[in-house]
Parts: sequence; structure tokens; C-alpha cells
Amino acid sequence: MTDFLIINVVIPLVQIGVLLGILGLATGYIVLAERKVLAFIQSRLGPMRVGPHGLLQPIADSLKLILKEDLIPGSADKLLYIASPIVVVAAAFTTLALIPFGEGITLFGYHIPGVIADVNVGILLILGISGLTTYGIILGGWSSNSKYPLLGAMRAAAQMVSYEIALTFAVLAGLMMAGTLSMVGIVEAQLDMGVWFIFVQPVAWGIFTIAMVAETNRAPFDMAEAESELVGGFFTEYSGMRWALFFLGEYTAMLVMAAINVTLFWGGWLRPFPNVEALAFLDAVPSGIWFLLKVTTFLYLYIWIRGTFPRYRYDQLMALNWKSLIPLSILNLLVTGVVMLLLA
Amino acid sequence: MVAYLPIAIFLGVAIAFAILPVVLGRFIRPTPPQSEGKLAPYECGIEPTRDAHARFSIRFYIVAMLFLVFDVETVFMFPWAIRYRQLALFGLIEMVIFLAILIFGYVYAWKRGALEWV
Repeated sequence: MTDFLIINVVIPLVQIGVLLGILGLATGYIVLAERKVLAFIQSRLGPMRVGPHGLLQPIADSLKLILKEDLIPGSADKLLYIASPIVVVAAAFTTLALIPFGEGITLFGYHIPGVIADVNVGILLILGISGLTTYGIILGGWSSNSKYPLLGAMRAAAQMVSYEIALTFAVLAGLMMAGTLSMVGIVEAQLDMGVWFIFVQPVAWGIFTIAMVAETNRAPFDMAEAESELVGGFFTEYSGMRWALFFLGEYTAMLVMAAINVTLFWGGWLRPFPNVEALAFLDAVPSGIWFLLKVTTFLYLYIWIRGTFPRYRYDQLMALNWKSLIPLSILNLLVTGVVMLLLA
Repeated sequence: MVAYLPIAIFLGVAIAFAILPVVLGRFIRPTPPQSEGKLAPYECGIEPTRDAHARFSIRFYIVAMLFLVFDVETVFMFPWAIRYRQLALFGLIEMVIFLAILIFGYVYAWKRGALEWV
């Protein structure tokens, strides 16, 4: 009984504590990194005042946010208004439980896995739970009872459900190679094949990466927020900590999407070329570090894309998905099927 | 089902994590006086003329319909994708038939202009 409790409650609680602690800090620094990288892309310096090179900026920001006035518009639907940031954060966070961060270690006689919950429907559950974010966003926009948030929420919902289709088709192509839904199983399948799936499914990866940027409402697909036309999009009416929760949810969603991308296409925690013996010395680097390196690269990619591309128009955004990505992803599935059959 | 227990725990912790800073902030932040203008919906300083819950573009409705069709389709394809190696040729032919029906509807929707956003 004690063993059961330790394995199923205590270890996950410790993992969750460590993960949330790191995440709370990391989100602040991702925001700082974004401001810095964008600044350098635009030949500016970015935040410089708080701490050396602005390194303490996240702490100042969070202090500021927690001290900000908490406004609820008079005409808002109070219950939904309060609930929606919680839905966004809870949906984004819970998916983290299914991401395998590494191989796992043994401490005090107990094996601590690199993933909080390795369930056999892993990736399906991730897509399902992260789909709930749409509810949080549309509830937030609707309950504010204001025009900008409502427009932003409608755009966000339509965009997220549309790109979810292309995203799922791209994931399916990867799953055909892996033959399992478990996130750990997907990485192990790449170890068995001796090749990261990016090399066998480059088209699916391209579609996934575009859809991933659109799913998280990031530039150049940030029509839901579009500062220059919708003020703040679906969270225009939110202030202080509640606004910060939307922000936290968005950055966590970015992290989760990058993690899925890495797990499905870039070998998760595996080192480069896992089947080449000559590179075995790379195993000296812990698996978790490889995973973090890859995820960080994708986070940088998000920022890079934001700094480089102008925002899409809404009809172009929809046309890109419905007229290009979806037919391409279906075609990719069929080609994968035929090639797998010929090679079998 | 034990494997799902950590996810439930995580959900609980995540909700607490979301509620805590908002509640905590209530005790430490100053409370400036409220006014009617402050509580009004934001419309760049112009007084709101009517309720925001008005009618919106029919386009969103069409997108929702199309999404439903495709999303149900993808759910059916998950078991097919992970068992594809075992299903082999039978699986491929069946999926081609399955997708052909979907693509027929998709081409119809495209030709009728359901995918145009103007």
C-alpha cells in the first residue's frame, strides 16, 4: 500500500512540483528571451534596466502583474469571466503530464520515470485536453461582453479548430510509422527504427509546424490578438493576474506543442543518429538535456518567425489551411501508406 | 486506470495554480476607487452603443460544420494509423474508399464556395 502511494501519488506530486516550479520561472524567461530576440532582430537592445541586461525583468513583471488592479467589466458574465483563464491554464498545464522529458532516473530505490503519466493513449489525450483551450478562449471573449474580445474569440475559435484538422492529419502520418499512441512508445519506435521521423516524414513535419504556430495563435497567425486592429483580442477586458494567466496558458501551450513536435519528429530525448555507434560518446549528455535543447530550438523558431513574417489576412489564413494544408496532409497520408506497403 | 491518477492530480494542482495568484493578489494590492467609466467595455474611449452579443458572420458557422465532418473523420483514422502495419493492403484500400467519400464532399464544398472567405 505504501509502495502504491509512493509510486502513484508521491512521485507524481514531486514531479509536478518540480515541473511547475521550473515552468513558472521558464515562462518569465521565455517572455524575456522573446523581447530580447525581437529587439535584436529589429536592431534594438530590448529590456536593459532591471538587472544586468534586463535579466531580472521577469521578476519585476510578475510583481507588477500581481499588484495590478483586478477589473471585471460591469456588463460581463462574472462566472464565465472568472472561469475562462482557469480553463486555459488548466488545459495547457495538464497536457504537460503526458510529455516524456527524458529516460527517467532511479532515486532512493524508486524508479522515477521521465514522464509524469505514461498512458497508452498519450498523444490522443494531449490533443484532446489541449483542444479544451478553445473553450477557455471563446468563453473569455464571450463573457467579456465587449466587441473586440468577441471578434477575437470568434477568430481564434475558427482558426484553432481549422488548423487542428491539418495538425491531426500530420500527427497521424507520424503515428503510422510509430504504431503506438504512447508518447514514450513513439520515442522508442524511433530508437528501434534508428532514425528520427523527421527524415521519413518531412512533409508531415512541415504541416505540423505551420499548424502548431496557428494552434497557439502566434504570429504570423495571431489574428485572435492582432494588437493593431483588435487591441488585445479575446483578453482585451482582462487585467492584472487574470490577464497574466492567459499569457501563461499561451506560453505553456507553445511549450507543449514544441514538445509534441520534438517527440514525434525529432526523436524526443534521443541523441542525434541514435543508431550510429561512432556517435555513442554523445550519450554522455543526459537525455533530458537533449530534449530541452530541441524544445528550446523550437521556442526560438517561434520567436524568429514572429520577428520575420508579417501577419496574415484572415481569408489567406483560412485558405492556407483549407485549400493547401488539408489536401496536402491527406495526400501525405496516402503516399505514406503506399510507400510503407511497398517497403514492407 | 491507475496510470491516469497523476493526470487527475496534475489537473487539481493546475487549477489551484491558476486560482492562487488571483486570490493572493487581492490581499496585497491597493484597491483604487471604482467608477462607472472604468467598468464599461473598452471601445477606444467611444461609448458602447449596444450589447456586444450581436449577430456575427455566417462564415464561422460554415467553418464549424466543416470542422465537425473532418474531426470525426480523423478520430476514425487513429486506430487505423496505429494498426496500419498489420492491416497492410486491406487497410490501404479501405482507407482510400473512406477518404474518397470525404474528398467527394470536400470537393463539393470547395466548388460551392464554402471555403471562400469573402
